[in-house]
Amino acid sequence: MSAKEKIQSTIDSADVVLFMKGSKSMPQCGFSSRVAGVLNFMGVEFSDVDVLSDPDIRQGIKDFSDWPTIPQLYVKGEFVGGCDIITEMTLSGELDQLFETKGVTYNKEAADKIREANG
Amino acid sequence: MAMEAHDIEALIRASFPEAKITITDLAGDGNHWAAEVVDESFRGMNRVQQQRAVYASLKGKMDGAQGELHALALTTKAPE
Repeated sequence: MSAKEKIQSTIDSADVVLFMKGSKSMPQCGFSSRVAGVLNFMGVEFSDVDVLSDPDIRQGIKDFSDWPTIPQLYVKGEFVGGCDIITEMTLSGELDQLFETKGVTYNKEAADKIREANG
Repeated sequence: MAMEAHDIEALIRASFPEAKITITDLAGDGNHWAAEVVDESFRGMNRVQQQRAVYASLKGKMDGAQGELHALALTTKAPE
């Protein structure tokens, strides 16, 4: 199975998939840790894929989405963004809307708390 | 080999000649940067499209094999 096929089937296998360095409980990079942290705090169920454990995936995902950095968040098979975009969307409330339109359960109070904490 | 602010700005400027570009050194190690790019061409584009265009201008310097540019916090928008 090529990296592309592996990636496609991974993305199709869960509503929310985060390609990251490390895992949701043991992130290995500040940017990955921030996005995983937001998702964990907001109680979002997601499948974490550690790109450090598979060099084909690490390069393949960058070609797949034409996006050069990790982490990369996918919701219902669609690339949403990297750390900067997810941070901006969390603070603006766009991430809440995305989850609502895509039918992904999340904790609204937690999302509001993140926004309050970031003033 | 770490990068300098003007290297990053020159790469982005080559693709966005009219843009307002602000480069900030986040960690003082030449490897953790923030860049804000304000350009008319972003109007009507969503964030992913805007940032993809900026990453393309960096021609593989971003987290590439040599990883000269490990971290670049990007903010992009069209002029208000």
